[in-house]
Formats: sequence, structure tokens, C-alpha cells
Amino acid sequence: MAKIYIDNKEYQVPDGKNMLEACLSLGKDLTYFCWHPAMHSVGACRQCAVTAFRDENDTKGRIVMACMLDANEGTRISIDDQKAKDFRAGNIEALMINHPHDCPVCDEGGECHLQDMTVMSGHNYRRYRFKKRTHMNQDLGPFINHEMNRCIQCYRCVRFYNDYAGGKDFGVFASAGRVYFGRSEPGTLENEFSGNLVEVCPTGVFTDKTLRKHFTRKWDLTSAPSICHQCSVGCNTLASERYGGLRRIMSRFNGDVNGYFLCDRGRFGYEYVNDEKRLTRAAQKNTTSVSDVLTSVKAHIASRPKMIGIGSPRASLESNFMLKQLVGAENFYNGIPANEHSAVNTVLHVLQHGNVRTPSLKEIETYDTVFVLGEDVTNTAPMIALGLRQTVKTLPREKAYALKIQHWNDAAIREVVQDDKGPFFIATPNTTRLEEIATSVYHGNTANLVETAKQIEAAIKSGGWSQDSDFVNQAAKALAGSKKPLIVSGTGLLSCEIIQCAANIAGVLKAASKDVGLVYSVPEANSMGMAMLGTAGSLDDAVKRTATEDNMTAVILETDVFYRTDRKSASAFLKNCNKKILLDTTENETTPEADFILPAGTFAESDGTLVNNEGRAQRYYQVFKPNNEMRSSWAWLDMLIHQSDEARPFDAIVAEMTDALAVFSKIKDLAPAANFRIGTQKIPRQTHRFSGRTSIDAAIDVHEPKPPVDADSPMSYTMEGFHGKQPSADITYFWAPGWNSVQSINKYQIEVGGPLHGGNPGVRLIEPGENGKAAFKEVYKIPKAGAVEILPLWNIFGSGELSSKSQAVAKRVPVASVVLSEQTLEKVHHKGAEQITVQGNFEVTLPIRIDNSLPADVVLLPYGANETKGFHFPFYGYIKSE
Amino acid sequence: MAKEKVVSDEAKKEIEKLFHHLPHKQAACIDALKIVQKYNRWVSDQALEELAPILEMSPNEIDSVATFYNIIFRKPVGRHVIFLCNSVSCWIMGYEDIRKAIKEKLQIDFGMTTKDNRFTFLPIPCLGTCDHAPALIIDEDLYRDLKPAQLDEILAKYE
Amino acid sequence: MERPLTQHIKKDGTPLSLKEYEATGGYEGLKKALKMTPAEVMNLVKDSKLRGRGGAGFPTGMKWSFVPMGEDAPTLKYIVANGDEMEPGTFKDRLLIEGNPHQLIEGMIISGFAIGASMSYIFLRWAYHEAARRVLVALDEAYRAGYLGKNILGSSYSVDMELHTSVGRYICGEETALLNALEGKRANPRNKPPFPQVSGLFGKPTIVNNVETYCNVPHILTKGAQWYMSISKSEGGGGTKLYGASGKVKRPAIWELPLGTTLGEIIEEYAGGMQDGYKLRGLLPGGASTDFLTPEHLNIKMDFEEVAKAGSRMGTGTIIVMDDKTCPVGMCLNLEQFFAQESCGWCTPCREGLPWTAKILMALEEGKGRPEDIGHLTFQTHYNAPGNTFCALAPGAMEPLQSALKYFREDFDEHINSHRCKYHN
Ligand SMILES: Cc1cc2nc3c(=O)[nH]c(=O)nc-3n(C[C@H](O)[C@H](O)[C@H](O)COP(=O)(O)O)c2cc1C
Ligand code: SF4
Ligand code: FES
Repeated sequence: MAKIYIDNKEYQVPDGKNMLEACLSLGKDLTYFCWHPAMHSVGACRQCAVTAFRDENDTKGRIVMACMLDANEGTRISIDDQKAKDFRAGNIEALMINHPHDCPVCDEGGECHLQDMTVMSGHNYRRYRFKKRTHMNQDLGPFINHEMNRCIQCYRCVRFYNDYAGGKDFGVFASAGRVYFGRSEPGTLENEFSGNLVEVCPTGVFTDKTLRKHFTRKWDLTSAPSICHQCSVGCNTLASERYGGLRRIMSRFNGDVNGYFLCDRGRFGYEYVNDEKRLTRAAQKNTTSVSDVLTSVKAHIASRPKMIGIGSPRASLESNFMLKQLVGAENFYNGIPANEHSAVNTVLHVLQHGNVRTPSLKEIETYDTVFVLGEDVTNTAPMIALGLRQTVKTLPREKAYALKIQHWNDAAIREVVQDDKGPFFIATPNTTRLEEIATSVYHGNTANLVETAKQIEAAIKSGGWSQDSDFVNQAAKALAGSKKPLIVSGTGLLSCEIIQCAANIAGVLKAASKDVGLVYSVPEANSMGMAMLGTAGSLDDAVKRTATEDNMTAVILETDVFYRTDRKSASAFLKNCNKKILLDTTENETTPEADFILPAGTFAESDGTLVNNEGRAQRYYQVFKPNNEMRSSWAWLDMLIHQSDEARPFDAIVAEMTDALAVFSKIKDLAPAANFRIGTQKIPRQTHRFSGRTSIDAAIDVHEPKPPVDADSPMSYTMEGFHGKQPSADITYFWAPGWNSVQSINKYQIEVGGPLHGGNPGVRLIEPGENGKAAFKEVYKIPKAGAVEILPLWNIFGSGELSSKSQAVAKRVPVASVVLSEQTLEKVHHKGAEQITVQGNFEVTLPIRIDNSLPADVVLLPYGANETKGFHFPFYGYIKSE
Repeated sequence: MAKEKVVSDEAKKEIEKLFHHLPHKQAACIDALKIVQKYNRWVSDQALEELAPILEMSPNEIDSVATFYNIIFRKPVGRHVIFLCNSVSCWIMGYEDIRKAIKEKLQIDFGMTTKDNRFTFLPIPCLGTCDHAPALIIDEDLYRDLKPAQLDEILAKYE
Repeated sequence: MERPLTQHIKKDGTPLSLKEYEATGGYEGLKKALKMTPAEVMNLVKDSKLRGRGGAGFPTGMKWSFVPMGEDAPTLKYIVANGDEMEPGTFKDRLLIEGNPHQLIEGMIISGFAIGASMSYIFLRWAYHEAARRVLVALDEAYRAGYLGKNILGSSYSVDMELHTSVGRYICGEETALLNALEGKRANPRNKPPFPQVSGLFGKPTIVNNVETYCNVPHILTKGAQWYMSISKSEGGGGTKLYGASGKVKRPAIWELPLGTTLGEIIEEYAGGMQDGYKLRGLLPGGASTDFLTPEHLNIKMDFEEVAKAGSRMGTGTIIVMDDKTCPVGMCLNLEQFFAQESCGWCTPCREGLPWTAKILMALEEGKGRPEDIGHLTFQTHYNAPGNTFCALAPGAMEPLQSALKYFREDFDEHINSHRCKYHN
């Protein structure tokens, strides 16, 4: 701790902070632009000026930038000193000379950091009387809107997009007063994290294009804390609604998970919620009224049919649990293909029985050496890739620390670090985006990857690596020589062997007393929770069972069987089941086959818990009560089980689940119970400035309707309630007096950039046991079923079942193609062909895309594309020759 | 049909020669731009595209550097470039008369190119020859102690 | 009077060849240095009180002493000569490079030896085409003669040297921005610390000195620190200084004179006083980014201390003379337009403040000035004061303006009151 003085008052602050962080953490208001809590200080904007004094006798002091000043013992500054105040006001004035005064038509208005800072600095009268400089705007693709005239040149965008996220198609151009932030030529921003520009930019240069289509001011949004459903990482989000439609997704700070950021699939993949194909009414073949439908379903259930339940990794723990309760454990299947089922279970096995820690997303950045085995995390779990892009700087940064440079001094660190990168090894079938930061890479088919991994494991174990520069020796040497190695793998190749090999390498490193970490990505938001819940088997098993057992009623939870398995099996399954009760959110191929449909809420219209890849349980809340029959799936199921007209509240469901399953016991403490109150007040989903509520429905009814009551959470649907600090799991919006933008997050943290007051939400359900062991004996056999191995190609845009239905994301989905190397193509004498047929357990004809990084015996097909949905990867087969 | 290359093999070889003293290829970025400009007189979008793989940078990254500097031209220039010093000593000594004279003779002001593409006329900060102000450079030739009357003779040397 | 740096520079404008340079005692300093230890060379330079000629006057030996030495030090270190010389009114380094490129090269090799550098760059501004050609010839000669490359003159010291010509921006002269330019990046200045001596070019220890600074080094080696101190008239530093004068003086030129020669001597004796019909109104003593001095300051010594005491800086020592028929407001406008254009665009006060300043001055010149403009110009000079900006460009830009407001205030008022510039009829 260091003793510092601010305006002659003494404070204690933790060591190693800069003065801006210190001031903000102490709750002071100090203006800034270029500093960002995750990207730290560069001293460009000069907005955080304070007066620094040598000692108590120094009465004059000098202007310094707080963000570049070490808050070490005895540091003495003043925020209120007139000199500093004048400087800050003058600086804003200078920034504003070219800024269009277009707040009323600017998307950022009302949550604009520039507005806040302008007001805070006291600048209010413009002396500049000359022409403003103007810029051209660019079309940056479906996600981001560009309005360059609003730029205040804080350089945050390039620092995020290029330096932090590794983007290469964006930058700063020209110099002096003409600096321009955008692209060399207009075009879609390719980086997977471009959406963060919306939050990183302190003004309205980069705004959310999807929000723009149905724009609403921040203060008019009804919001709830949510968890991203688009991959297994479980980033914390704020989801917002108005007029019954979901308007946007923003990042919700969680210091253990996503920090300040989100990937573009998570941010922009929400639009399916508003899709016209949403299922909004209960339906029964040949009936229309909801009470009839519900009565009939209940009657059918009451008749005690033989039931089979198909669960879903994209549904909440509670919904899956209730389905299990309804159909019975022995009849509860997880709705995913067998390969995926075994892969996910292998991961769970390692996490539960191993002795290696699976770090949180945030902790990933603290490792010093990385080995990625078989997983293209940029496309399967993008935020892990963003984390790894920081991990690679861990070791090089040590050089800067050795020069006594503080960790927050980004400007200084980047000069010392330059382009140095820490040891980073990747073994995958083909080139992945992260290769640009890799020390060395290896490409091979699954068998080769397994062999390579085994060699690395053996070399580490025996200490027997040579000085050779081949991949195995380099990787083994680096891992064995590191303090904190990280092994990254996952279910992307749907290979249990890959997962086992990763665990084995981690195991030998652990045995060598390394502080090793092991991260797996799994396919979906709740794949892990589903595996923990335990099932009778995969969808394949369910299909098999119904082939022999007659007269079954299938209760299908948020699953399109045609997406999960091949056409033949899916049709057979549906045909073999006597009755089909479907709970789902959106019309799909399975819908027409259902006898009963119960409309389920998506993450936006329901409550639930998800367990992420790390084994962290996280709670998400209903954002708004839809004006139709949608309910959380667990609520429907509860009504069926209890033959009731209303579901029990969420807490009762959770209690039942945690009582039944010890692995979930901690979930009870995940978030405040529904009866939690601050004083006597609920937590409002709407801001205190929410407008128009008396007129929203005026066209229908001039009487203000009674607001719906939420029995499932301590939140109100309206602006009524306590507008202060919420419990960290129940933050509905970030706001503090004077801080209307997302930068108000500072005020929710114990120290800026650090954990939220009350601790970061979420609980880890799995911790490694010191005596755990997950080493696997050799199990691998190379299936020799065809000339080529056919593997899934994951794409951040396209491989997600629901996100691909979102309009903006759909525009980014690449054309489905067969990806192979020229060599492979030549072997089958197809040089020059435009499309090609791949044949194995599945057959498909698609255009060709050449990727010469692929081994000759591997072909990739897009995972989750319309043309390949239901394919069970990996499979072996042939390329059909002429 | 493949577009004709604008970064010639010759230029590419010259750029690759730069790499031996440098820890990474990006460090040769500015010199590479100079080389391209030496052959092509300016740096086109296509040149950026072609430079990108050579320097292991993206076109955006190269452009970010290129547009920072005064002497890298991202727009075509004439066959000859006149740089007239407009800094303080030359200002005191009357560079504006020279500017006026050029404007009259060539019908172009700063930032413009003659219709026949013969000259581009640009201002340049102090040429470091303040004791012989005013001064200008045409291509690489320096002219000092200028009088408007000398311009005809000087300009005539450049076709 | 001794003129070690320039006495051998030929009047016909051609450069000294290697042979000619050697005939004047060239490369003797290097030979001597190679027989010493690096620490001895460094101490000698320290003792000589050589101060940087790039503008700030930082003691050169002291700067070098921050470079990590010894076994744990990085093996790769750099020596860089700052030959950007884009400061308006400055034309001294050109003379040294064009006239005697070997002197610079020798100075750099010796300096490289002192800090253990294995690579060196001459960073030259784009417009110095002739200088570039001559440096290339000289480098070639030096390599052939074994002064550069592996095992110089049979010693264990090796260093390479290359020429880098800039693509034009004043900020490239700022030493850390220069490093970024050398790395092929945008030339934004870097944060200090880390200072380049510790982490400079490509993250390695680097010394950046001005061309003139290096040119002094061979002479200090051959003739010693005592001699070097003795040829100066200044308390604060040793050696001679290249002084220059431009503007409406009789003989604008450059002269090598003892450091500490008075302003009056330079203007009256060497530059021959003002041209007929012109009176001295003010002067910028050391380039565009120094404060105006007035005729009453003619008796001060041109060295780092005395000029500072008079409220300005010696800067580069090249004087820009403003006569009584030149408009001070117009001159400030010209200067501020330059600085505004050459701002790198990184920090707010400079990027936004300088163009605004220039626009106000333009309004004044066009007769559109307003009474409140004076207050605003004054505000800009405070706003862009040292420490407020990221680097020294913008504070430098404010020096002529703030002093003009002090000494020539009546001209500013007159522009505003009469809505015109009287100098432009
Ligand atoms: C905007 C700016 C421009 C500069 N330009 C030059 C220059 O052209 N030449 C130079 O030697 N120093 C220049 N300097 C000073 C250098 O930063 C640096 O102090 C100098 O090269 C150090 O050399 P010295 O110690 O030998 O004086 C400039 C500084 C600033 C802030
Ligand atoms: S003062 Fe600021 S904007 Fe100006 S050149 Fe220096 S760093 Fe760049
Ligand atoms: S926040 Fe400190 S300079 Fe920008």
C-alpha cells in the first residue's frame, strides 16, 4: 500500500497503480479518454491532467497526466487546483472544436463518454469560430456504423482493434489534425472482436449498426443481466429490450470471465430473438387455443405414456433438469450426436477427476507459454483467442518490468516489448487465425496430431527433447522450461483422443511441478452443464431406442433433430415416436413434425443457469415479459409435471435441482433469491429516466397497464425500485451520477479494472483435486475407413445454430465449401474443378476452397451450415472422382 | 485476367535486400515505400496490396505508415515535382513572390498538377538553406537565392 | 581562432574525400579511441563538457553513461545520428554532412565504440539529396579502408553503418519519433522513460545525437578535453558552435565560432549587420522553436545558460532575423502553420491547439481579428506549455508566439483594431 495525497487528503492505495486509477478507485471524478482499464495508459489525450506537487511546501505544482503518474508513496496531487481544472476544460474545448454538435441525432447520445466528460470538465462555451474539419465515413460492414466527424482522436480504437485484438484491416491514417481512424478503403471489418469498438470508442464514431435498425436510447431500454448463449465461454452480457423486441447486447463486466469485451457473434448474434419465425403460441395439430393445447398436453402426460426426453445443450440447466424429472433419468437423452457426447464427457471427466486447474477466461492471460492442440478457438470460443493474444505478451512484458516500468504504462511497455512474443505452439489440421502469433505450428490429421502430442508428452516426461528445431522438440522444450504453461484444446475435432492427449501433457507438466493450466472449449453454452446433469445417452442412443421401442412420447427440448443428426435418423426418430411434444423458440425442420408445440423463451425471455467450459455456473435473467405465450422451458415442464396452470417460481426449481444433484449445490448462492430486496425495493430493469411509459401502449389502451410481476427474480420490469448499486449478479445497467456511458463500470468495481463490488458473479462448480488424475492410457486407433479424414470447419459466423439466423451475422457467414489442399485436389484429378463431392457416411457437393495448409488426407466441411447440418464429424471417406 | 504488377521484380529485389540488417521485415516499410515511389512516382492502392506479402504486413498497416509522411504520395504526381520552401526564412525573403510567379507560369498552385502532367507543385518545410533563401527543389535539384526572373530558365530544364 | 569542425571544409562546395580527410588528421581520433577502453572514451567526452547540439544541450557524455555496459548488457546496441534538420531556419548539419561526411562517420564510430554499439544509422532528412549521395560515397570509402565493418583497424570492435533517408516530417527529428521512423512505423514520439539509452531502436539501448555533436567527438579524442574546453567562451560547455543567420542581414551564412560568442558579434560582425534600409526588430536565436529576443539582447552570449536567462533557448544556434518591415504576426502565422502541419497528431493540445492558433493568426492577418483573440492566443501558449503535451514539439511551437505577444503586442492589437495588416499595405 502507498500513502498518497489528493487535494491535501491522505489516502491509502494499493501499490503499482497510476494516479488516474487511484483517483477513480477512490470514487473521485476525473476526466479521461485514452486510458482504458484493460488497455491502460498511453498519455495521448491529456484529459486526465492534475496538478502534482513535490511536497507539502510546493504551492505551485505542475500539470501532469494522472494516468502516467505512479501513485507511489508520498505522491501529492490536486484535482481541484484551478490550473488543472482550466487545463482540462481547455483540453475538452480543443477536442470539441471539430466535433459536430449532433448529440440529438447521434446514437451515442445519452451514453456518451464525451458528453459526460465535457459536462464534468465544466467546458460549456465554444470560442472556436472557424470551419470544422470534416471526414468521409466508411461502410464497415453489417456490424459497425462509422461517423468519423465525431472522432476525438483518443487512439483507443486502433489500440483495441490492432494491438489488443490483432486486427489488421483497420488503422490510423494521416497525421496532425487530419488523423483518420478507419480502413484504407471502405469494407467489412474482419476482426472477430470489432463490436467492442462500440464500447471502446468514447463517442459516437463507432456505433452498433444492428441497434441502429431499431434504435433506442440507453435510458429507454429495459435491460437484464444475461449470459451469452453463443458459445461455451459464457461471457456476461447486458441484454436490452424496448417495444417487445431485443435491441442490443452489450458486454457486462465480469473480471473473472470476459472483462470488458465480447466477440462479434455474442454481440450481434441476438437478432434471431426478434425473428418472425419465432414460436409465440402454444399449438397442437388441429387446435388453436392455448388453454386447449395445454389441457391436451397435460392430459396426454397424465395418461402416463412411455416418455423419452431429448435435452439440449443450448437450454438452461433448469430446463434440462425439469425434462429429466418429467421423463425419468433413464429416458433422458442429451440431444447431441454420439461423438459430441463422448467428447464433452471426456472433457468433464478430465475437469472432475484431474489435478490440473482450468483457469478462468481472465486467468488465461497470466500464463507464459501456450500449446494449442486441435482447437481453432478463434472460431469455437472466440474470447479464449482474445485472451491468448494477451497471454503471448506475458513473457516479453517481463523485460519491461525489469526496467521498473509499471504494468499500466502501456506506452512504455510497447516500446520495450516491440513485436516480441512469448512461446506459443499450435497443432491443428490447418492454418488458424492465431498462427500469426505462434512460435511454431504443426498441421496434420487427427492421428498425426495425437502422435505429435504424445511425442511432446514423452519428451517432457523424459526430459529428452533435443535441440532440433522441429515442432515437437521446440514445444516440449518451451513447455518444460516455462513456469506457467497453458494447454488449450477442446471438442472442435470431436475427438476424445485429442482431449485426452491435452490432459496427458498437462498431467506431465503438473508432475514436473509446473503451475500448469488446461482449457477446453466445448460446443455450446450449456454443454458442460448438460454433461454434469447426466443423461442416459446421446441422440444416437435415443434414435436407436425408439427404433425398437414402440409407442413412445418424445418430449423434445429446444432441439432441432435435423440439426443434430442426419436426415434419415431424424426422420426415423420422429416417425417412431408416437407423439412429439416440442418446446422450442424458433420454427425449424422439427417443428412441423410436432403434435404439440410449447413456445419457449430464448435467453431474452427466460431465466436460467448455464455452466461454461470452465465449470462456472452463471445465471441469466429474463429481460422482458413477452406479450405472448412464451415461457421458460422449465416453466412449461413444471406445469406438465405438476398438472398445474402456473409454474412454480424459479427458486423452487433451483432448490429441487440442487437437492437432487450435489454437483449443483453451489448454484443456490449464485444470485440473490427472488425475495431479495434492497430496503423494501426491487431492482428495476428500467433506468430512472425511462420515458414514455404512459404512452407506449396508448394506441391500444390509454390506461397504463399494470406492470407484470416477476416471481422468478428480485427484479421489477419497470423503473420502480432501487436505483443504486445492485448486487453484482443483478446489474441491470451501468450508471453513476455524471457517468452515463459504459465507463461508469469504474464505479461498480472495488478498484477500477478489478472485481465488482460484491465479487464477480458466478460460481465454479468444479475444482481440480490435488490427488486427481486424468491421465489416459493409450486408446487411439486410426480408423481406416476411407482415403480422407473429413473434419468440421468451425466458423464464428455460421457454426452457431441460432446466431446464424441473425440478419447481421448471416451476412458474414461464408459460402459453404469443401476445403482442401491443391495436392488433394490433384490426387483425385480434379484440378480446375469448381465443385466437388465428398462421400462417406454423408455425401455433399459443394464449391471448392483451397487451403494448402491442410494435409493431403484431410478435407474440411463447414460445421453447422445448411448444407452440412446433421453431419457427424469426423468421418472418413472419399472425394468422388470423375 | 491477372492485373499487371506495379511493384516490379526489380523493385521487389531491392526491397528484399533491405531485410538483412533488420530484425523484422516491417522495419523496411518506409524504405520499401520509397523504392516503389522511385519506380512509379507514387504509391497506388495496388502497390500497397503487392507490398503487403513482401513486408508481411497488411495493406492497411502499410497505408497507416504511408499516409503519415509528407513525401510518400498516395495520389499520382506529375513527371516533375516542384517543392517550394514555405518556411520562415524563405517567407521573410519573399517565397510568396516565387509562388505567385509559378502560379502564373504553370497555372497551378500548391497541391496541383499541370494538365499536361509535367509538374506537380508542393510546399515543403525549410530546406536547410536559409542563408540562400528563397529556395526550391525540383525532383532532386536544389535552387537557391531565387528570383522570379530565373524561373523560366529553371523550369525549361524539365520536360 | 580554432575551427576544428569546419576549417577543412572546401570553399568550392565539394566534400572531403577519405584521403583528404585523413590528410587533415582524420580518423586519428578513432585510432586513439580504439587503444583506449570504452569507459575512458566516455569519460573523456564527459570531461570535455560537450553538450548536445540538437537543441536541448544535454551533456553528451552523461547521456552515454546511461547505456547499460558490461557482460549483462544487451549485445545489440545502436548509434544514431540525427540529421533530420527540419527546424525552420536551421541549416548547420547540412554543411557538416555535405562538406565533410567522414568527420561525422568517424565521430559516430568513436561514440559507438564508447557504448559498445554494433550497428549505426545516419538518419537524414529527405530533402538533403546531395548530402545523401556524399554520405553513401563516404560510407563506401570507410568500409573499404577498414574503418567500418568487422574488426575495425584490426581491433576487436566491429560496427556497421547505414544511411536512412526520411520521408519527411519535422517530428522525425524528435529522437524517439525518429526511432519509430527508423523502425518503419508512424513517427509518433515514444514515452520516456524508458529512455532510448536503455530501450531504444528495436527495444535495444540506443544513443541518438545530433550530427554536429558527433562531429565534435574526433577532435576531442585527438586534442583532449582540456583543449576542447579552452576553445569555448562559455562556462557551461566546451568547444565551438556552428552559428548561422538568415533573414535580411547583409551576409547570411554559417560560422563556426567559440561557444559563447555574443549575439551582437554574430549579427554585426559575421553577418555584417542588417541590409540597408532594414532595422533589426527581433530574432529567434536558435531556430523556429525558440523565443524571440530583441536588439537589447545583443550583448548576451550565445550559450545554453545565457540565452535561457534572457528568456529564450540557444536551440540550434541558427538565428532567424526579423527586420522592421516584416510583420511579427505574419511571422508567427508562418511558424504556427508549420508546427500545426507537422504535429504528429498524437496528443490533443498540439493536434487541436496548433491549428486553432494558426487560424486565429490567419484571421488577424486577414483583418478579421477580434479583441478576445489575444486572450485566446495567450491561453494557447499556456495550454501547450512544457509538460502539458506528450513531446516538446508543441511547447516549442509556442515559444515564438508567447514572446511575440510579449515584445510585439502592439502589432497584434493594431491588426485587430485596424482590421488589416499594415505590412501587407
Ligand atoms: C519536434 C522536435 C524536433 C527535433 N528535431 C531535431 C533535429 O532535426 N535534429 C536534431 O539533432 N535534434 C532534433 N530534436 C532534438 C532531439 O530530440 C534530440 O534531443 C537530439 O537529437 C539529441 O541530440 P544531442 O544530444 O546531440 O543534442 C528535435 C526535438 C523535437 C522535440
Ligand atoms: S506535442 Fe503531441 S501531437 Fe505534437 S508532435 Fe508531440 S506528441 Fe505529437
Ligand atoms: S487518460 Fe491520461 S492522457 Fe489520456
